Amino acid sequence: MQTLSGKAPFDQAETGRTFTGVGVSPGRIIGSVLMMPHAVREPGVGERLADGTSAEEASAALRAAAKAVQTNLTARSVGASGAGREVLEATALMANDPMLVKAAVKLIINGASAERAIWDAAASVAEMLHNLGGYMAERATDVLDVRGRIVAELRGVPAPGIPYSDTPFILVGEDLAPADTATLDPSKVLALVTSSGGPQSHTAIIARALGLPAVVAALGVDGLTDGARVFVDGAAGTILVNPGGAEVALAEAWETTTAALALFDGTGRLADGHLVPLLSNVGGAADAVKAAAAGAEGVGLLRTEFCFLERETEPTIAEQVAAYRGVFDAFPGKKVVVRTLDAGADKPLPFLTDASEPNPALGVRGYRTDFTSPGVLERQLQSIAQAAEDTQAQVWVMAPMIATAEEAEHFAGLCAAAGLKTPGVMVEVPSAALTAASILQHVDFVSLGTNDLTQYAMAADRQLGTLAALNTPWQPAVLHLIRLTVAGSIDEGNNKPVGVCGEAAADPALAVVLVGLGVSTLSMTARALSSVAAVLASVTLPEARQLAGLALTAHSATDARRLVREKLPILNTLGL
Amino acid sequence: MSERTAVIASRVGLHARPAGIFVAAVGELPIEVTIAMAGEPADDAMDASSILSIMSLGASNGDTVVLRADGEGADDALDSLVKILETDLDAE
Repeated sequence: MQTLSGKAPFDQAETGRTFTGVGVSPGRIIGSVLMMPHAVREPGVGERLADGTSAEEASAALRAAAKAVQTNLTARSVGASGAGREVLEATALMANDPMLVKAAVKLIINGASAERAIWDAAASVAEMLHNLGGYMAERATDVLDVRGRIVAELRGVPAPGIPYSDTPFILVGEDLAPADTATLDPSKVLALVTSSGGPQSHTAIIARALGLPAVVAALGVDGLTDGARVFVDGAAGTILVNPGGAEVALAEAWETTTAALALFDGTGRLADGHLVPLLSNVGGAADAVKAAAAGAEGVGLLRTEFCFLERETEPTIAEQVAAYRGVFDAFPGKKVVVRTLDAGADKPLPFLTDASEPNPALGVRGYRTDFTSPGVLERQLQSIAQAAEDTQAQVWVMAPMIATAEEAEHFAGLCAAAGLKTPGVMVEVPSAALTAASILQHVDFVSLGTNDLTQYAMAADRQLGTLAALNTPWQPAVLHLIRLTVAGSIDEGNNKPVGVCGEAAADPALAVVLVGLGVSTLSMTARALSSVAAVLASVTLPEARQLAGLALTAHSATDARRLVREKLPILNTLGL
Repeated sequence: MSERTAVIASRVGLHARPAGIFVAAVGELPIEVTIAMAGEPADDAMDASSILSIMSLGASNGDTVVLRADGEGADDALDSLVKILETDLDAE
């Protein structure tokens, strides 16, 4: 594929130009582009004041830049809310911080350029915060963010991070960092397009959570310019410059489709009537209320750590009971699967996890924190049992990161001691998939976490864009692990349920394959319920099994996805 | 030189939002104010209008800090700052 040359002004000659990437969140939309500015380039090491610039002038320029950044961040904080507002307010104060500015001015007096001075001064402060550890260490990133903004201001180039605009736009950039997601305003961003990243990148995850059409790994889009009018198809993974009447019609049809797709009648079923309960993944009571309104048949995954992510200390039993009960109350008479704290790796909790592990994804995380911090899990189970009293929800409990039948047995024992009747475990470590029959002798159900199962089966870090092609649940190896988990349940003999609660369940084509593999329930973000339901309703169980067979024997993940999608014409009709 | 001590009331200690509120209040004052942990020499005191200094102080809930200032209105100014530190800002 060709790339657009540098910053050439956008013109009519580009009309019809197409970029192709990986579609990670469906939707067809037309809008104008705003480019995400590049990360700020580091000033030369030891860069000195330019000839003819005095230290006084450079110091004054630095003070003015710091003040300008502070004013800009303060103005933006006024329009933000919640956590985003607090981040902006704190970084605004840091931008013009006397300690930071004084340290930089001192370096300027010694002959450094203003850019280099603020660069080094902020690096020292960030290192100091980093060494303090814990909460302070996390703030080190904010200092570096502020540094980039001040340098950009001194150079007269756009500030790094998500651009700010009053009118909605299509955001195009290299990739989004986790910090960018805090300042992404879904009422202003119409779609996301990135030149790198993969299906599990932060860009993809935030797009799916917000329901924004998104295409990642679209080579060449870096060459687009602000104001370009493009058509984005988040299912096909294409971007078309200066769209014509056909695309306008497609975008309009998508608007109608989303309105129709917003309706899910609350019963997941195939064309032949085979029932596939569709549940929702939630992080707390607010999510649960939304999921219930979207028709979810229960909660397939309550991520309890999301109730306590900002906590330095273990939540009390009373706090936990209140948090869980809010979710149970949203689903009277329905199933709610509570996952015990899944701390570690990308979700550290200061009271449970050790941030200094060299390899946190393979470290003490999930159920394993019970080895290092005994008591926390028992108190959590006690809290869940207490919250379950006087509610009408059917409360199931499961442990994350179970690797052996022995661990499953231990967890089931803890559940029984707490008075919880339906224990289960997550299958996300390949060893658990391979020994599912033994594991199911001790617990009543298993739930497949396809994100972690994929990263462990393929030995590919979820966060690494360069390994995106390996990191997809369409990998035939991952599908075989799912098949083996279902086979384990059949071998065990009591028809114990095998569910899926990973991102895979939210992909309507993959959902058909999962059902064909024998998965009994699917749990997903509430936004995906209606599209998954619509596609499942278009196939019979024998058809789903046939598609599962095609995917299992495919030569690659790409082939598996293509072969299955070709047999599901409804995907194209709906633009999914 | 006026001097006051204050016990940090915020549950999370003097960082995050409470630190921001305190620094903003110091920034409103026409005088320079320093802050140090109780028992530390006055020479090591830090600029109370700097959020980064305040954060590096690492004052936790229940810790005692010393505020110092010179000049007109210093006493009243310090009294108002003590009031802020001794309120659980995180709970509001």
